[in-house]
Amino acid sequence: MVKLNVNGRTVDVDAEPDTPLLWAIREQIGLTGTKYGCGVAQCGACTVHVDGVATRSCALPISGITEGQKIVTIEGLSPDASHPLQKAWLELDVPQCGYCQSGQIMAAAALLKETPKPTDEDIMREMSNICRCGTYNRIKAAIKQVAGTAG
Amino acid sequence: MNAIDLSRRNFLVGASAASGAFTLGFTIPFGDEALAQSAAPEVNAWVVVKPDDTVVIRIARVEMGQGTLTGLAQLVADELDADWSKVTTEYPTPGQNLARKRVWGNFQTAGSQGIRQSVVYVRQGGAAARMMLVQAAADGWKVPVAECSASKGVITHKASNRTTTYGKVAEAAAKLEAPKEPALKDPKDWTIAGKSLKRLNQGGKVNGAQVYSIDHKMPGLLNAAVKDCPIWGGKLKSFDASAAEKMPGVKKVVQVENAVAVIADTWWRAKTALEAVKFDYDPGEHGKLDSAAIAATLKAGLDAPEAFVGNKQGDADAAIKGAAKTIEAVYSVPYQHHATMEPMNATARYTPEKCEVWTATQNAEAALAAVSQGVGLPLDKCDIYRLDLGGGFGRRATSQDFARQAALIAKQMPGVPIKMIWSREEDQLHGTYHPITQCKLTGGLDKDGNLVGLKMRISGQSIQATIRPEGLDKDGRDAFTFQGLNPGGAEGQFGYTIPNLLIDHAMRNPPVRPGFWRGVNNNQNAIYTECFMDELAASAGVDPLEFRRRLMKNHPKHLAVLNAVAEKGGWGKPAAPGVFRGLAQHMGYGSYVAACAEVSVNASGTLKVHRIVAATDCGHAVNPRQIEGQIEGSFAYGLGAAMLQEITIKDGQVVEQNFDTYPILRMDEMPAVESIVMPSGGFWGGVGEPTIFVAAPAVLNAIAAATGKRVRNLPIKNNDLRKA
Repeated sequence: MVKLNVNGRTVDVDAEPDTPLLWAIREQIGLTGTKYGCGVAQCGACTVHVDGVATRSCALPISGITEGQKIVTIEGLSPDASHPLQKAWLELDVPQCGYCQSGQIMAAAALLKETPKPTDEDIMREMSNICRCGTYNRIKAAIKQVAGTAG
Repeated sequence: MNAIDLSRRNFLVGASAASGAFTLGFTIPFGDEALAQSAAPEVNAWVVVKPDDTVVIRIARVEMGQGTLTGLAQLVADELDADWSKVTTEYPTPGQNLARKRVWGNFQTAGSQGIRQSVVYVRQGGAAARMMLVQAAADGWKVPVAECSASKGVITHKASNRTTTYGKVAEAAAKLEAPKEPALKDPKDWTIAGKSLKRLNQGGKVNGAQVYSIDHKMPGLLNAAVKDCPIWGGKLKSFDASAAEKMPGVKKVVQVENAVAVIADTWWRAKTALEAVKFDYDPGEHGKLDSAAIAATLKAGLDAPEAFVGNKQGDADAAIKGAAKTIEAVYSVPYQHHATMEPMNATARYTPEKCEVWTATQNAEAALAAVSQGVGLPLDKCDIYRLDLGGGFGRRATSQDFARQAALIAKQMPGVPIKMIWSREEDQLHGTYHPITQCKLTGGLDKDGNLVGLKMRISGQSIQATIRPEGLDKDGRDAFTFQGLNPGGAEGQFGYTIPNLLIDHAMRNPPVRPGFWRGVNNNQNAIYTECFMDELAASAGVDPLEFRRRLMKNHPKHLAVLNAVAEKGGWGKPAAPGVFRGLAQHMGYGSYVAACAEVSVNASGTLKVHRIVAATDCGHAVNPRQIEGQIEGSFAYGLGAAMLQEITIKDGQVVEQNFDTYPILRMDEMPAVESIVMPSGGFWGGVGEPTIFVAAPAVLNAIAAATGKRVRNLPIKNNDLRKA
C-alpha cells in the first residue's frame, strides 16, 4: 500500500511499487482525465504536476513518490474549469479530438507558473507534448493570450 | 501479378466482407418507422424535443476531432430553426439503426464524407421536424399553418399575437404524418449553418471529464492486455503463461486466434503479466521479409509491361519520343502509421444472448458486423455503443479488428465486461498502414518548354486488393489508386490538360496490411505530380506557377485556389533572406486545394517550415472556423509524415514500435498557417482531409528552391539537405 497526495487528498493506493503513477491515477484512484499515449514519456498525454513541475506520469513508478509530494491532475487544476488556460482553451476552441489536451493544459500551466511571460521560444521548448490533430497553433495562441503576450 | 502472395487474405477478406455489409442499398425514409415512443417526444429520427425545449439532434456520423458532429448539428438546427444554445446531440447505435431499417443511413465517417454525403437527408430531417412542430402549433390554435412562423425554437401566430415553444408542441408534432419532400433553405438564408460557431462538447476536453473509449467504466469491469503475432502471415504455435498466471491481479490468460490476452483486475497488471508470457511463433513465409525486399518488388513494377490504366489521353509514348527534351524521375513514399493518440481499445461483454461492445469507431455498423461475425451471434443480438475517439484518421474506419478482438476475449469469460487496450507497441505493430508506392514520371517538353507528353507509372500497394477486394473493378483494378488523377468526375479530377498522358498502376501487394490513412492515395499522388511539375518547369526554364497555369486553362477551380495562395503567399515577390517558396495544388474528396509553403534550410541541412498559405474551395462551408482547424491539423499530420515518418519492415514485422522511433511533428516544427476558405457554391466537398494533399509537395518544392536538391524519397529526414 502506497500513500499518494492527489488533488489535495491523501489516498491509499493498492498497487505494486513499480506501477507507473499514470496507471495508479487512472485505475486505482479512478481519475481518467490523465491519458495513456505511449508509456515511454514521449507524448506527454499523461502529464501531471508533481510539486508544481510538469511530469510525465507514465514513466514514473509510484515507489518514487513520497506522501509529502503534491500531485495535481487535470481534474484538480481548478475546481470548476476556471483556470485561465482552461478558459482560453474554450475561448479559442483549441481541442479537436481532445485526447491530448489534458496533458497540454497541464504542461502549459506549469510553464506559466515558472515563466509567466514566455517567449515563443520558451513555449516551443517546454510544450513538447504530441497532438495528432495538430492543434499546436491554437495551443500557442491560448498560452500567449493567458500570458498577455498575444500580439 | 502480385509479386508477394497475400497470406492474410482469408482473415482480411472476412473482415472486409463484414465492413462492407451495409454499404449499399439504403434509402432515407422519414415516414412511419421514423416515429417511435420514447420519454421525450421524437419528432422524427433526427430530432427529439424535450419539454424544457432542449433539442436533441441525432448524429449518425462520428466525432473524432474533425468537427463533423458540430457541423451536422448546425445543418439540422438551421433547417429546424432551433435555438442553438439549446441543442445537444446523441449517437444512435447501429443496432437501433438496423432495427429501424437504417433510418439514419450510413454511419461510416471516412473519406471526408461525414457532411457532404448526408447533407441532403439530415437537413430534410430538420426541415420536416420544423414543419411538423409548426403544424402542431397551428392545429392547437386552429389557425392555418401558413400564418405561423418559427424562429429559434419559438412558434408565432402573428395575427393573434400568440407564441409557443417547440417543447410544448413536440408531443403533438410527433403524432403527425411526416412531410415527404420538405423544401430546404438556400444556403444564403442560413443563420446557424455557415457560421463559425464553437464546437459542441468542448467543456469536458479541458477538465478531464470527457469519456473516451479507453476511459469507459462499468461495474465488475476487468482489463485485458493483448499481444498478437507480430509477423505478417505468422502464426502463434504455442505459449507458456505459467508465470503470468501467478502474477498479481491476473484472472485468466486466453488465446484468441493468433493473439494471447491476459485478463486482470487492472490493465497495468494485465500488461505486466503479458510481458512474462513466452511465445513461440511460426514465422510463416514472410518471416524474413524486409523493407529492401519490398522496395525491390516495387522497383520492378516501375518498368513492368502490364499495368492498370487510370488516365489516358493521346499517345504519351510517341509524344515523349518525339519531344525536344525528356525528363525522368523516380519517387517513393513509405508505409506510414495512423498513430492515433488513443491506442485501439474496446470494452466487450458477451453472453450467449447478447454481445455488447463499447468503443471508439469510425464505422459502428462495420464494427457491429465484425463483432457479430467474430462471436457467431446474429446482428440483432449484438450492439455497439459509441464513445469518443482519441483520433481516427482512417485507422478506426475500415478494419474493426479491435472491436472484434475485444469481443472474442470477452467470449471466453461470459457475462464479464472486459476492456481490452492495445499498448502503443501493439498499436504500431498491427496498423492498417498508408500503402507503400513508388512512381516513375517521364515528361517530354517541346522546344518552347511546353509539356507535350507525360507518363506516370505508379508501382505499389492497392488498399482495396488487400482489405476490401469487393471494391475492385472487374479486372482487378483499384480505382482508389488514382485518386486526384482521374480524367473527370466530381471526386478528384486531374487539374492539368496534357495532350498525351498515361497514368497507370502496376499493382504490387506486400503482405503488410494497408489501410485508409487521412488523405489516402491523394497524398502521394499529389507529391508525385506536383513535385514533377516543378521539375518540368525547372527544365523548361519557366516559373512553376506560370508552367502550371499554361496547363490549367480548362480547370478554373483548380486554378482559382492556386492563384489565391500564390497571391497571398507573395509568389513572385522577394521572400525574407534565406526563405524560399514552393507551390502545390490538387483536388480530392470533392474539394480543390492549394498551398504555398515558405521554408529555409540552414548550412547544416536543417529544415524549417516557416509558413504555409492554404486555400480550399469546398463548395459550401458549414463552419469556416472549424475548416481552418482542419487545414492546420491536416498540415501537422501531413508534414509530420513527409518530414519524419516511415514504417519499415525487418524479419516480417514492423520495426518502429513507439514514438521514439516513429517521431510525431511537435509544436516547434509546426509552421504558421494562413487559411483561405473560398467556397464557390454549387457543390459539396470535404474538409477533413483535402488540404493534407498539398502540404508535402509545397514543402518539397520549397526545399528544392532553397537547396537545389530534389527530395524524391520520403521521409525528408532520410535526405541530406545541405546545399549541393
